[in-house]
Amino acid sequence: MSNPSTGAASPAVEEMYQEIILDHYRAKHHSGLRDPYEAEVHHVNPSCGDEVTLRVHLDGDTVRDVSYDGVGCSISQASTSVMTDLVIDRRVDDGLALHDEFLTLMQGKGLVEPDEDRLEDGIAFAGVAKFPARVKCALLGWSAFKDAVLQAGARQHADAPATSTTEE
Amino acid sequence: MTAPTQQREVPAGLGYDVEAVRSQFPILSRTVGDHPLRYLDSANTSQKPQAVIDAITEHYRDHNANVARAMHLLGAEATAAYEGGRARVADFIGAPRPEEVVFTKNASEALNLAAHTLGSRLREGDEVVVSVAEHHSNIVPWQLACERSGATLRWFDITEEGRLDLEAARREGLVNERTKVVSIAWVSNVLGTVHPVAEVAAMAHAVGAVMVVDGCQGVPQLPTRVADLGADLLAFTGHKMVGPTGIGVLWGRYDLLESLPPFLGGGEMIEVVRMTGSTYAPPPARFEAGTPPIAGGAVLGVAADWLADLGMERVAAHEQAITRYALEGLQTIRGLRILGPTEAVQRGGAISFTVPDVHPHDMAQLLDSRGIAVRGGHHCARPLHERLGVQSSTRASFYLYTTEAEVDALVEGVARTITFFGGTP
Repeated sequence: MSNPSTGAASPAVEEMYQEIILDHYRAKHHSGLRDPYEAEVHHVNPSCGDEVTLRVHLDGDTVRDVSYDGVGCSISQASTSVMTDLVIDRRVDDGLALHDEFLTLMQGKGLVEPDEDRLEDGIAFAGVAKFPARVKCALLGWSAFKDAVLQAGARQHADAPATSTTEE
Repeated sequence: MTAPTQQREVPAGLGYDVEAVRSQFPILSRTVGDHPLRYLDSANTSQKPQAVIDAITEHYRDHNANVARAMHLLGAEATAAYEGGRARVADFIGAPRPEEVVFTKNASEALNLAAHTLGSRLREGDEVVVSVAEHHSNIVPWQLACERSGATLRWFDITEEGRLDLEAARREGLVNERTKVVSIAWVSNVLGTVHPVAEVAAMAHAVGAVMVVDGCQGVPQLPTRVADLGADLLAFTGHKMVGPTGIGVLWGRYDLLESLPPFLGGGEMIEVVRMTGSTYAPPPARFEAGTPPIAGGAVLGVAADWLADLGMERVAAHEQAITRYALEGLQTIRGLRILGPTEAVQRGGAISFTVPDVHPHDMAQLLDSRGIAVRGGHHCARPLHERLGVQSSTRASFYLYTTEAEVDALVEGVARTITFFGGTP
């Protein structure tokens, strides 16, 4: 029976599974659903079954809390954890801008240089962009955040005269 | 009723030279990075032998024309190839006549055809029975048919071992005088379980219900005789049985097919078209509107012949042997949970499993980095995963070209992945 010799996992995969990602996966930040909140969304990745229920609590123009309950792979769970670190206590418009910057990084096929000052631990996901099948995983929590924050914003402004909830 | 055509004990000497078979599949000698390809995703789609690859080229190079309407030599050749494919597929599954073989684009379309046409007879109060272990393609079309008609969808549960729970079904009167259709998989694409189709068919027929069988995983692995299966309709797909993508089959008892209304409307499915109404062609043309997958049908015949030449008894024997070997190997890993039967008895060559603290997506990615191709997720069977209390699983699936060395690489790769994520295999 032949069993060709095999080396370590290829560098590309080890590059993707940064220690930062594994740390967040093992101990997710801000995990669990909390009150109060203005919007709750449920996002799924139908191809692999990853799911996240996510709540957003706004305080005026500030994201006061993001809480969530998720099941899924290390990439989706760690990315959601990193996202909450970045957006909690940040202005709503800046949180949405961060979403767009992370999206650009993920869609960049590994060619986009991430801005560490802005994305902090999020730059650990730069390697994920080289694996198209995993980009959806990394975006799951971010997409849920954007969806929830827009819904919460719309609700918050419901009584006010028609104002746009997105400033971009 | 005769005994079901299901997995038999392996008579000695039925094996074949796996390396000689592998040499006919060019893709199996390619590499993934620095690693040889270990393709363990055949329940998803099978690889193709050179004979099938050549037949696709030959059809387009030498015989391409539309079928059944072109009044020229190429048209006659293409028609002969397409209808020849139908006859060879009929022969492969023991169908009494080629007209019982309807070509579709895949098994999902075949099941939708069944659900749509049988569904047109459903009324409020009627019941359709599937199982919790079905692929989405054998659940959703029936849900839609029930929504349209007001009928109720019910399902077989599974036992703790992952087998169809016939006892509970009998106790609860699952199949009863309200049942109009029973539709179950021959072999589960997740658990690998070979379902007792003939027994279920007997339950269905006792109450006058139509028995539909999803043969996607069964037909490629097991010798198929439709009469022995007890099915009235049998859906399967070409690409899982060394054939091309884009061609599926719905076999049906001719008298049943003849009683069913059309599915898709268009060219070739009609008899006479008037602006005030149309009449329809007899089966199988009634269910093949428009230009069919001509090359697909022709080449599926080549694939069926290739399998028949290798011998489906021998394919089944190999499948069982390699599955037994893999079940033993995987169970040496600490904490690894196999979904479904852990012994290679009445079991096909798909093994789904979970390991603690490693998500199947990560497992599949790490295995891929070592050239091992598996599937991670819920394998289009979310209700089954929910029933088993797991979010998703990793699935390794084997076929006639799978070697023990590939299974060894899988077991080693799974152990290494557990270590990578900080566990102890």
